[in-house]
Amino acid sequence: MEPSTGPGSAPSDAMDLFERMVFVRQFLERVDVLYRQGAVHGPAHLGLGQEAIAIGVASVLRPDDRSIGTYRGHAHALARGAPADAVLAELLGREGGICGGKGGSMHVTDVDHGWYGSYAIVGAHLPVAVGLAWASRIRHTDEVTVCFFGDGTVNIGAFHEAVNLAAVWRLPVVFVCENNQYMEYTPISAVIPTQRPAADKASAYGLPAVVVDGNDVDAVREVTAEAVARARGGGGPALLEMDTYRLKGHSAADAGAYRPAAEVEAWQRRDPLLRQREALVRAGAAEADLDAVVDRARAELSALADRVLATGPPPAATAWTDVWSDGSSRWRS
Amino acid sequence: MAQLTFRTAVQAALLQEMRRDGDVVLLGEDVTSGGVFKTTGGLLAEFGTDRVRDTPISEQAIAGAAMGAAMAGLRPVAEIMFADFYATCWDQVVNQIAKTRYMTGGQVRLPLVLRGANGFASMGFGAQHGQACEAWAMTVPGLKIVSPSTPADMLGLLAAAIRDDDPVLVFEHKGLYATKGEAPDGEHVEPLGRAARRRAGADVTLVGLSVTAVHCERAADLLAAEGISADVLDLRCLVPLDAAAVLESVGRTGRLVVVEENPGQLGWASSVAAIVAEEAFDALRAPVTRVSGGNVPWPVARELEAEVDVTAVRVVAAAHRVLQHTAVVRTIA
Repeated sequence: MEPSTGPGSAPSDAMDLFERMVFVRQFLERVDVLYRQGAVHGPAHLGLGQEAIAIGVASVLRPDDRSIGTYRGHAHALARGAPADAVLAELLGREGGICGGKGGSMHVTDVDHGWYGSYAIVGAHLPVAVGLAWASRIRHTDEVTVCFFGDGTVNIGAFHEAVNLAAVWRLPVVFVCENNQYMEYTPISAVIPTQRPAADKASAYGLPAVVVDGNDVDAVREVTAEAVARARGGGGPALLEMDTYRLKGHSAADAGAYRPAAEVEAWQRRDPLLRQREALVRAGAAEADLDAVVDRARAELSALADRVLATGPPPAATAWTDVWSDGSSRWRS
Repeated sequence: MAQLTFRTAVQAALLQEMRRDGDVVLLGEDVTSGGVFKTTGGLLAEFGTDRVRDTPISEQAIAGAAMGAAMAGLRPVAEIMFADFYATCWDQVVNQIAKTRYMTGGQVRLPLVLRGANGFASMGFGAQHGQACEAWAMTVPGLKIVSPSTPADMLGLLAAAIRDDDPVLVFEHKGLYATKGEAPDGEHVEPLGRAARRRAGADVTLVGLSVTAVHCERAADLLAAEGISADVLDLRCLVPLDAAAVLESVGRTGRLVVVEENPGQLGWASSVAAIVAEEAFDALRAPVTRVSGGNVPWPVARELEAEVDVTAVRVVAAAHRVLQHTAVVRTIA
């Protein structure tokens, strides 16, 4: 399989950020198509509409910083530089999958690029992020760990245990709540007693309440860079709430019909790609050039999907490897 | 030879390994002051708060932070004060710690230890602080399980668990903490996955773990007074399981009693019995027999505890049953 780079590494300018978001958008759209064709084995939770957070946050991190997130984590993995072909192969259960076919859509991980994984039990990875940050403290190194989670996570205990411990130990971890307004099929407003799922909890842990427009990539970058710099300098954790919206359902199997049409339309007008495009046009970019970016990404992802679909499955014997550090799965000595 | 108690053996193992390897760190509730079971005393003074860290009452954060620190290359030892409390962080243990290496296709190693007090011990701890929980962990691939019966093994096996590159759960029987024994002078490490023969015999095989290995030794002494020689195996680990040692012994004795403290409705003894039934059926001269804790939540009153507890006397009675069965078969023949 030919290597595919994806949108990792440091961005150069607004156009570069646009190209990265477009690439991720086209990747997710392609996965949606492949899901409908029956080519995705298992569920696929798409972050369509939330690209500015994954791309914006990753764009202010150093290569040695760590990030970790949820089952809606394809964009975040690609944003850190995970090879798109290996990620897609994982989703499709083809040979060369980034987790060898043992993780699938919900567990995309690329440690080599600082992406410490996608976790499918809501809230479970927040304590793990605390441990990653604690290791930096013990080793007296200055990497920062960024931990993404959804708005629904604030109602599970692990969230509170993790944010509390990070605050008490003043660890270099930045918690990023992607408030896409829904916990699965239920509006977040129906399951929290205040308006803000994460920001309203911040004061309980001695942290400032920070809310940012998560569909504005520049705003995401600004607030994240500030939090990362503070954490890196020993100033402790941050809890950032970023407003965004899932443009489609909870998973690719969900049409999202429970959402009012007017609400969906209002958020479509706040699409982060649309806004970045408008900003570029205002700054003098030609519409044709921007269209070409989209066309190129679409063609690249189409070709990538064809290549991955043409590969075989992972070797059956690999189902028996990687349980233990010696590579085996033997439980009897 | 050094004189140790089971309790000081825990401390000795931690001292030995923390002096040897700067990546070994300890976290848990009250660990800097020595802990509820007085197993971690003196560590803070030598290693400081970076490496010996008190936590809030947050088992999810404790287990998850251990996992994250391990992913980042440390060798954390996390104390779970009572094994019963695993129920509060079971997601971290069985969904995250046990599976993440496999789900990421081997991208991460998780060299961590979760350790703490386990078991019944007729100390009035009741149903939520007195359970034998080691079999819980055995239902999920990806966790090594250690439960020593002597101070020397407590030292040597905990040291090996800390050096192991996979997650190891160490169950320390609270009824053994005060027991005394000798350990070799100097560094002591006991490999995981090897059963220890505590008594050599030819008439019946008694298999135990932790406190039930002690019961088996006492039972063997009582049986010896009747002229019956019992082969006593202390499994020491459930994963890796030294099934070969059990099969070898049963091959000679033809009779097996497996002794566990956990409830027999689904305990580890069932797995040992099944292995013997599947792989050594022709060697058996009597049905395999289990002695298990009562299938009730543990009571508190002394007389009620005694009703459901596992004792050497119950092991002797079980040995008599398997020996009598052989006698009946011989009579019929």
